[in-house]
Amino acid sequence: MRTRILGIASGAGIAVALYFALIYAPTEQTMGVLQRVFYFHLPQAILSYIAAFMVGFGSLMYLATRDLKWDRFAYCNAELGVLFTATTLITGMIWGRLAWNTWWAGDARTNLELILGLLYVGYLMLRGYLPEREKRARLSTVFGFLAVLDVPINYGAIYWWDTQHPKPVLGPRGGGADPDIKLAIYVSLITFTIVYAWLLTKRLGVARIEDEVGELEAAVETA
Amino acid sequence: MKPVAAIVFKDIAIEYKNKEAFSSMVLFGLLVVVVFSFAFEGSDRKALAPGMLWVAYSFAGILGLNRSLSMETDNDCLQGLLLSPMSRGDLYLGKVGGNLAFTMLAELVILPFFVILNNLAFDTSLIWIAGITLLGTLGFVAIGTTLSLISAQTRMKEVMLPVLQIPMTFPVILSAVQATSLVMSGDSSGVAFPLSLLGIFSTVYITASYFVFEYIVEE
Repeated sequence: MRTRILGIASGAGIAVALYFALIYAPTEQTMGVLQRVFYFHLPQAILSYIAAFMVGFGSLMYLATRDLKWDRFAYCNAELGVLFTATTLITGMIWGRLAWNTWWAGDARTNLELILGLLYVGYLMLRGYLPEREKRARLSTVFGFLAVLDVPINYGAIYWWDTQHPKPVLGPRGGGADPDIKLAIYVSLITFTIVYAWLLTKRLGVARIEDEVGELEAAVETA
Repeated sequence: MKPVAAIVFKDIAIEYKNKEAFSSMVLFGLLVVVVFSFAFEGSDRKALAPGMLWVAYSFAGILGLNRSLSMETDNDCLQGLLLSPMSRGDLYLGKVGGNLAFTMLAELVILPFFVILNNLAFDTSLIWIAGITLLGTLGFVAIGTTLSLISAQTRMKEVMLPVLQIPMTFPVILSAVQATSLVMSGDSSGVAFPLSLLGIFSTVYITASYFVFEYIVEE
């Protein structure tokens, strides 16, 4: 039921967010229409980081309680992390290609996002190679916890690295003073948070069924 | 401290006998340096050198880490270590000590070849580079020891370690390359930040791994 409500809210929210991003918000002066990519890019980037903290939280809770529920929580958030880092990078590259005439400017934020995505992929790949359920939960949880600790250190390293090599193209990031643009950003952020929550509850439900099937299969084999 | 030292000496004794990890690390590291020096023929060596050095170090380091932990898991030696009366954290510190010793040694052998093949100077900056190598390698093996024991328990041992290790050690490699290029350019004034970042990384991961290590080895 909760999933269904979130699903309907997501669909309606996307429609509203599209209206705000494409019609309601005024066209930005220097960037033109291209700036509208930003309304999708920013919320996805924020959520890709939130996913990292969710993975870390789920991992810590699993180590503390040894309840597979928390392992599933960490795992499903990591999958969403891959999704949201991918869409962030794709929308970012579209913007970069048109605004800076380069797909990959090597900007600090871009590199950070890519490393984050690679950490999620590593986490999911690790799980794929651990067939035993309990072991999979235990080892991937440890990796998830250590990988989340890496995020702030990466942040420090990349930002310092970037300021050592200043780029001429640190373009405008939207936002600014215009209240209409700000409103559109908030609408979009709320919408994508709902989408995230919807995908998460849906995926958690599937993951719980997967675990139940696994347990039943194990029971059949031993019987 | 005694059990930690015992593990380190055990690893050094085994390595002294068969020289497997050390020789493969040195050879592989040299091959990487040779391939790079051919591939980048004619380009600005000084600008490329720090990156080249750390790519060679990290590839060689991954090889050594794979060797060091599969040595324990192949013949169930790990079971014996776990039965011995010491904490899991001490076991971790001992393995880090052993890995640090071999990796550092292999890297110090690679370094002069790297200088020769790239026509760099043998001067005091090499002492700096050796120091950066020590700090960078400490961070690299601090997380690598934990990750290699995780990947040793999967079906795809040798493939899994680099997939986990390279994104995790990204800040280490980035800072070490930055510090090395600052030292090589003769302007070591900005070197404090990357070095402190390497220190922070090692501290965070040695502390975290010390406590989570028992979750990795439990049966």
